[in-house]
Amino acid sequence: MLSRISQLGARLLRENRAVGNLASSTTSYYRGQLSRRFVPTKNILFSTATTSSDRDDGSQSKEKISVTFVNKDGTEQTISVPVGMSILEAAHENDIELEGACEGSLACSTCHVIVMDVNYYNKLEDPTDEENDMLDLAFGLTETSRLGCQVIAKPELDGMRLALPAATRNFAVDGFVPKPH
Amino acid sequence: MGRVRPLHHAARRLLLLFPRPRAFSSAAAAAPSREPLHVCVVGSGARRVLHGRQVLLWWIEQMLKGHEGAQVDIIDRLPTPFGLVRSGVAPDHPETKIVVNQFSRVAANDRCQFYGNVTLGRDVSLSELRKTYDVVVLAYGAESDRSLSIPGEDLRGIHSAREFVWWYNGHPDMCNLAPDLQSTDSAVVLGQGNVALDVARILLRCTSELAATDIADYALDALRGSTIKKVYLVGRRGPVQAACTAKELREILGLKNVHVFIKEADLVTLPADEEEIRNSRIKRRVYELLSKAAIAHKGKNNNGQKELHFVFFRRPTRFLPSEDGVTVGAVQLEKTCLKDDGVAGKQVAVGTGEFEDLKCGLVLKSIGYKSLPVEGLPFDKYRGIVPNLKGRVLSSESENATVEPGLYVVGWLKRGPTGIVATNLHCAEETVASILEDDKKGLFMGPSDSKKQGRRGLLEILEQKNIRFVPFDGWEKIDSKEKMAGELKNKPREKITTWNEILMASN
Repeated sequence: MLSRISQLGARLLRENRAVGNLASSTTSYYRGQLSRRFVPTKNILFSTATTSSDRDDGSQSKEKISVTFVNKDGTEQTISVPVGMSILEAAHENDIELEGACEGSLACSTCHVIVMDVNYYNKLEDPTDEENDMLDLAFGLTETSRLGCQVIAKPELDGMRLALPAATRNFAVDGFVPKPH
Repeated sequence: MGRVRPLHHAARRLLLLFPRPRAFSSAAAAAPSREPLHVCVVGSGARRVLHGRQVLLWWIEQMLKGHEGAQVDIIDRLPTPFGLVRSGVAPDHPETKIVVNQFSRVAANDRCQFYGNVTLGRDVSLSELRKTYDVVVLAYGAESDRSLSIPGEDLRGIHSAREFVWWYNGHPDMCNLAPDLQSTDSAVVLGQGNVALDVARILLRCTSELAATDIADYALDALRGSTIKKVYLVGRRGPVQAACTAKELREILGLKNVHVFIKEADLVTLPADEEEIRNSRIKRRVYELLSKAAIAHKGKNNNGQKELHFVFFRRPTRFLPSEDGVTVGAVQLEKTCLKDDGVAGKQVAVGTGEFEDLKCGLVLKSIGYKSLPVEGLPFDKYRGIVPNLKGRVLSSESENATVEPGLYVVGWLKRGPTGIVATNLHCAEETVASILEDDKKGLFMGPSDSKKQGRRGLLEILEQKNIRFVPFDGWEKIDSKEKMAGELKNKPREKITTWNEILMASN
């Protein structure tokens, strides 16, 4: 019970932070990202629907989802991600080496993840033009590639598996190398 | 003895390169590390090295985290660390500059030191560095430009895009460029890559928008007085082959009060083009953006707006002087068509013998950079690169070349001006992997009587030669002064742009 309460507290804090960020952020990218994060969070507070996981811990499942990262060597790490949090943030909090050099401002593709099940991919909102611009430069791009900073945890994504791109990581920030003429 | 084991641990910490079970790495963490590994990274230069830079930063970070004995020193020609973000990234791309935070994080570790204002080849020689450090990584970028080698290239008013970028970004080497923006209404940008789009965008963008960026103040003043109304982006090939990315293209196509001209005839694709589009997501998206822009701007009235012209299938053949005889007045362009090069299945531009003149008073050449060699570094002049095997420097470009121990290259020096996207991105990581591999083999151990001095040795050299380097806290002083000055003008920073002032501010 105590842990529930503290979780709620943490949640409120998180929301406050999100709102604070929203007010002070300057780029539209941040704004888009945060508002997207914020809205589902709110919805779930009033939602009565339960998800398919553990019955005896219903409220837990509403607040956190389980996401598995599959490393290049095939090892797996499963973490629980609070609803409303981006995959990039969650990865950082759990020491998963997902880069995120531009800190979620849609200026790089270093947080490229591959959604392993197309059904989960389809549950995500379509990538924006800005996200697609960065995905253009991602190494090892697949049909179900996304940027971790743009994937926001929501209940439908519980059980999602994400692969870290296999061959290499992508460091394309502004200085993308054009081909010679 | 204790030297190799902790490095194995460092290798394990490089989780993304060689991810290993965590239990493994924590076991290795217990290994004592008495012998420091001395690493020196030489870096400065153009923005294109950005990805390499980031891999290196990330590597340095992991190295320091995982290997208690590792010392990493970064030397840079500029007093400002990782200058490419400062002098290469466009002022109106603040989000791209966030990567600087990564550097500050690395520099906060006292086993990593920054030595700014130290030029390789002038202040310290490569052989000195190699005597001092176990590992030397050359990460400096291309600081020179390719030339077109066509008549009239030295006329006044013709600059490389790099010079222009350095100028508006306040690079101390270019603060006196003073391009004339007031004697003409037309500027020609040769090239259609992202750097070309950057300079075109800066010429066309409202100065009120630029005023809120960290653009150099003299550049903002010059742009406020600019009479340039038309910018021509000239490419040798077609819209399918344009070398820019969608982000930069979308940005320039969406500029306020700019009318975009794209000839519909240029958008017609041939089967070979269609195949290129099918095979490349970037090309497809770039082509789609251009097509949409052509339709959106078609038939619209151009009410005194500035103009952006995409000129495809043209190659410059000579520069013609204006009436005064010394300033550029026009670029002669030859029409081209595409032909299969027969080797890589690539479409190349071939002249058709049909010429036309494009009047202009300013030309910015964005046709590629060139690396400069330093003494003691094997250099393949023809290809403009350092001969290397996966980042390990080779003694020459011949087949029986030997590996230069402890010397590595990354970025431009490594791969030169050509290469496909994927290989470029892969490049820095490959070098890092080579270093780790060599380290595992114990190649940096050396006989015990030839211990490298590392940082102490570098400081001795600098002191002997009386070279005043700028340490990281010197940069922090510059940084805070610039930010303070910027606050007064509602800019993120007001850059200090001359060598003297920068060095003074670092005190």
